Amino acid sequence: MASRFDIRRQTGFTTIAMICFFALYLPIVTVVVYAFNAGNSIAIWEGVSLRWFYQAWNNSQVVDASIRSLQIASVAATIGTIVATMAALATTRTKPYPGLGFKYAFINQPLMVPEIVTAVALLIFFSRIKIWTGYSGLGYLMAAHTAFCIPFAYLPIRARLENMDLSLEIAAADLYATPWKAFRRVTFPLLWPGILAGLMLAFVISLDDVVITEFVKSGGQDTLPTYMLGQFRRVITPEINAISTVFLLISILIVTVFFFISRKKDQE
Amino acid sequence: MASAEQVAKDAERREIRDRWLLSAPALIIIFLAATGPLLIVVIYSFLTPGPYGDVVWKFSTDGWLSVLMQRDIFDDTLAFADAHLSIFWRSAKLSFMTTIFTLLFGFPTAYFIATRPARQRNVWLFLITIPFWTNLLIRTFAIQEVIRNEGIVNTVLIKLGIISQPIQMMFTDFALMVGMTYVYLPLMVLPLYASMEKIDFRLVEAGYDLYANRFQVLRRVIIPLVKPGIIAGSILVFIPALGAYVTPRVLGGSKNMMLGNLIELQFGQGRNWPLGSALSLSLMAIVMVALLFYVRSAGRQGGAHG
Repeated sequence: MASRFDIRRQTGFTTIAMICFFALYLPIVTVVVYAFNAGNSIAIWEGVSLRWFYQAWNNSQVVDASIRSLQIASVAATIGTIVATMAALATTRTKPYPGLGFKYAFINQPLMVPEIVTAVALLIFFSRIKIWTGYSGLGYLMAAHTAFCIPFAYLPIRARLENMDLSLEIAAADLYATPWKAFRRVTFPLLWPGILAGLMLAFVISLDDVVITEFVKSGGQDTLPTYMLGQFRRVITPEINAISTVFLLISILIVTVFFFISRKKDQE
Repeated sequence: MASAEQVAKDAERREIRDRWLLSAPALIIIFLAATGPLLIVVIYSFLTPGPYGDVVWKFSTDGWLSVLMQRDIFDDTLAFADAHLSIFWRSAKLSFMTTIFTLLFGFPTAYFIATRPARQRNVWLFLITIPFWTNLLIRTFAIQEVIRNEGIVNTVLIKLGIISQPIQMMFTDFALMVGMTYVYLPLMVLPLYASMEKIDFRLVEAGYDLYANRFQVLRRVIIPLVKPGIIAGSILVFIPALGAYVTPRVLGGSKNMMLGNLIELQFGQGRNWPLGSALSLSLMAIVMVALLFYVRSAGRQGGAHG
């Protein structure tokens, strides 16, 4: 026999997998490469240049949208993670109690409903409130983002909590730690990687959101994704590629950190 | 002793109360900025459209009626709303096809990752995760770069002399299919991988010992074992595909609308908020049916395997 018979191998599967990986990265790589195009076109290559990065950097609309995106994502991810941590503590490591199933369903609700439906629901609701209160600031976007960030932050935190047993906290209590002290000195340090992972997921999710933001925003409240969506209606220049490239780098950075945090969790 | 019992009962009651207090902020935020507004959509679907968008507070079932029927402006008779129904049908068809395609490509990919040595697996998984967390808009824009008339595919084909004129792919159902398969592929691979990772390959070996060939092992051993992953992945792809808004808007053009765009239209130029609300709720109803199907089959799987 020429080679050992591998029971795991399936004919053609490796080829299809390689095609998939190639297909997943080809478009992204194209976007990044054309960000460095010296010419005006996103189709004809005219040499390497950083001009589109400069142009994006000097485009006040892009800079404002980026700052707005970061503001919203910071607020939404922070609040979302704090309340998700509390909710995770309230729904794990316990006997079933009345309302537990309801809480699970309620916290995951934003994941179940198609985004476009939530988006129009918020459009209706917030446009009423805008009329009543006259307030039309970033608060609406922050509230909406916080709500859909909660389930994303909740998932890794809950997963981490469920893998921790209660004996350490019980030991702490035996050693006369108050519940708060036991939480601060025992539970929280063990839970921290989960919280960090939740925070990063929530941040990326908020940063990426297009649909809900598009419907909830008032005039002049573009975030980076809604700004880009607006640009697609016009003649597009490699400036969009440059913006995408920077955006991509930020996302990859966050995902990489997230990946290593959750790998560490698996090894423990 | 009754008092000890009482103490235990009080402690339990206090714990439940604390747990409710602890989860209250999350529940309140989700109610105010996600669930509550959905209830308002239900009310809006039964009102009369206002002249400049919004609604007039007058009860009407026209919103719901116009999901399926349209009133003739001349003689007031009702007829089936072909345009809406065809968009419903298109959305369902495209989402279903997207699910099938992501499954056809995602299954071998997930299998490939799951059969790598443990160390390599994380690297491949990481490679799937990156496109997954890359902004949907950027990915849609990226696929557009590939299939545009001046895009890579056409350029390469022309350079090779296979075609002389670029193939028009943008703004067709084909573009939508490619785009949606591309953006939702990782959503299929991840749950498939999760269930493949747990396969006990001694069962596969047993299959070969009983003279099964590769295809029979795949069909009779591997696929049944991975079924929960297949169902989970299909749901994860089908639901967002059905409500897709960004991909059809960027790749499909105005003629290739999907449900998500039809809903938006009613809140924008269409100025028919009650119809938009009714359409949103119809979309949600379809999603709920799909989820119910998922819960039932997931329950059956869990029951069958103990």
